[in-house]
Amino acid sequence: MSRKGFLPLGQRMAEAGPPSWPHGLQWLEQVLEGLWAVCLVVLRRLGLVGRRLVVNLPFFWLALFFLVPFAIVLEISFAESDFGQPPYTPLFEWVEPSALAIRINLGNYTFLLQDSLYILAYLNSLKIAAISTVLCLLIGYPMAYAIARADPRWRPALLMLVILPFWTSFLIRVYAWIGILNSDGLLNNFLLWLGVIGEPLAIRHTEVAIYIGIVYSYLPFMVLPLYANLEKMDRSLLEAAADLGCRPIRAFLTVTLPLSLPGVLAGSLLVFIPAVGEFVIPELLGGSDNLMIGKVLWDEFFANRDWPVASAVAIALLLFLVIPIMLFQWAQGRQQERRT
Amino acid sequence: MADDALNQPPVSRPPGPAAKPARPNYREPWQDPNAQPYVQIVGVTKTFGPFVAVDDVTLDIYRGELFALLGGSGCGKTTLLRMLAGFEIPSQGRILIDGVDMSEIPPYDRPVNMMFQSYALFPHMTVQANVAFGLRQERLPAGDVRRRVAEALELVQLSAFAKRKPHQLSGGQRQRVALARSLVKRPKLLLLDEPLAALDAKLREQTQFELVNIQEQVGITFVMVTHDQDEAMSMATRIAVMDQGWIRQTGTPAEIYEYPQNRFVAGFIGQVNMFEGLVTDNQPDHVLIASEEADATLYVSHGAEVPAGTVVSVAVRPEKMAIAGQPPDDRHNAVQGIVQEIAYLGDHSVYLVELPTGRTVRVKAPNTTRMTEMPVTWEDHVWVTWRPDAGVVLTA
Repeated sequence: MSRKGFLPLGQRMAEAGPPSWPHGLQWLEQVLEGLWAVCLVVLRRLGLVGRRLVVNLPFFWLALFFLVPFAIVLEISFAESDFGQPPYTPLFEWVEPSALAIRINLGNYTFLLQDSLYILAYLNSLKIAAISTVLCLLIGYPMAYAIARADPRWRPALLMLVILPFWTSFLIRVYAWIGILNSDGLLNNFLLWLGVIGEPLAIRHTEVAIYIGIVYSYLPFMVLPLYANLEKMDRSLLEAAADLGCRPIRAFLTVTLPLSLPGVLAGSLLVFIPAVGEFVIPELLGGSDNLMIGKVLWDEFFANRDWPVASAVAIALLLFLVIPIMLFQWAQGRQQERRT
Repeated sequence: MADDALNQPPVSRPPGPAAKPARPNYREPWQDPNAQPYVQIVGVTKTFGPFVAVDDVTLDIYRGELFALLGGSGCGKTTLLRMLAGFEIPSQGRILIDGVDMSEIPPYDRPVNMMFQSYALFPHMTVQANVAFGLRQERLPAGDVRRRVAEALELVQLSAFAKRKPHQLSGGQRQRVALARSLVKRPKLLLLDEPLAALDAKLREQTQFELVNIQEQVGITFVMVTHDQDEAMSMATRIAVMDQGWIRQTGTPAEIYEYPQNRFVAGFIGQVNMFEGLVTDNQPDHVLIASEEADATLYVSHGAEVPAGTVVSVAVRPEKMAIAGQPPDDRHNAVQGIVQEIAYLGDHSVYLVELPTGRTVRVKAPNTTRMTEMPVTWEDHVWVTWRPDAGVVLTA
């Protein structure tokens, strides 16, 4: 790309013809032009013009909205809890005009190991996320397979049905499940009416309710990558398998399934990672004894107002969960690259 | 056919009648009234909604043949092939292979293997695993599988590539893996869907002969679908020319080329000059046709089962015509016109001669003597002649 694409706004507008700003808003043009000029100067100072700007923009985005908050959380995790605003001691302090005191407190992390609550909550979160992921896979794979094999005229409609719940607020949908799962909720009333059960089932405030909530909420994240994978699979491969004497079920196991593993992996990660840190679903559907790390985090922040321990919980979650997964994905990508 | 094809210089040239050697009869089982066909297609029709893809096709294919289904796109040849494989079920009619009705038999139980146009190699398996796939389904002992896979890879000269994945191979190598994979199960019938279409021209020619050679070695009956007439002519024992779901003619390459049964086949295979005319005299040993289009009387030295007064076409291949500056002695089979175009192609030249009626006649003349000066040149007034046995009377 040449620098031509970054002509000042005014100049480009002059080339395009007379400015078409509504009467009385010409001042806005001046302001925008000024802002644009400032941006250009800043970017040029940073050595970012043309292609480099386009390439580096995502990195700036990540730096601004991921790394900076992460750094703040990391800083808080090394502080000590304090009464006041903000509720933690500063990490860096000017003791004298010339001396900078840095106080790093590792107590929050050792505390996580001392109190079994945190480790149990971590393990329980991993368990719930893992089981939910498997359930999503078991339900989502047949769904994705059916959509991918459906008549092409029906596919957009079927995909729409998968995406449709996103058009309502996540929170409202979880609230709706309270109405369904309550002891006097829709499900129990229906089963009582059918005569299948004699007295209401206790589903809400159990782990079962959490599984239902997570599987319901995250199913589209499993279905969509699986669909994308299965849909592009070459159908003649299955014909070739049949032609070589392979029955349909074996053909699925030896051809379709291995070829869809990247989709299975992508879908599983998309379900597993957010499910580990899930807060809303265990809070609304689960009971007080269903420990999940997201809930513990919330309680530390808002009930205990212990920001440093809460930050340590968050950082630990990141270290023990997200980083191994990122490394795994990176290795996968490398392998993929070597193969092609 | 296969042997001859190998001994011929590697040019895709339709064999003329003189080049057609006398073969022992067992090589031409379709000539033998007692021979039992190996594959019988009986009145097969396939419809997709209102569209008739294959229309009442009846065809016998004999053991050891390399049979070609030839036609343009949408003529139904691939649908017919897919019905042989079992991927499509005939709407009507029956298919028998080695005497067994295939109607109820799913693809995975048929003694048939197919080489797909896209090759359809399993991308997640090595060459070896791809070839072994079919044998594994039969639950053969591991030792047998290994031995037969090694043999098959040997046959297609890919032993050194056994551990590679399909994406690490060239197009030609992939094609050979696909062939090995479909041959290794020793099917009764091997189906090839446009086997050479994905190869570049040079490789295609070389592979044609390789395929025929391999077919000779393994002795499996091949049925091939192709849109390329050169491919069909140079490889096949017999060809079925298909159009709009039905077979227009079945025969050896020479029969199809020299004795087309209708205008479609005459026009589809090679190049042809066709003159419409009225039959004026019909004798057992010759037919006379008065053609306004050619402005001449055409003499064909074989009988045609048509009464006098019928409108017929006479087809004459360009290479069976001669071009001369002088009027010939025989008044039949001679048309006069003006040379419009000359294409000098080294070994032969192609002349386009415009007749007074506006028709253009294509003449292909071998350049048997070294030409320093063209004997015939642009705008010359010339005579185009052909022998009495050169023309074919077409009624359909």
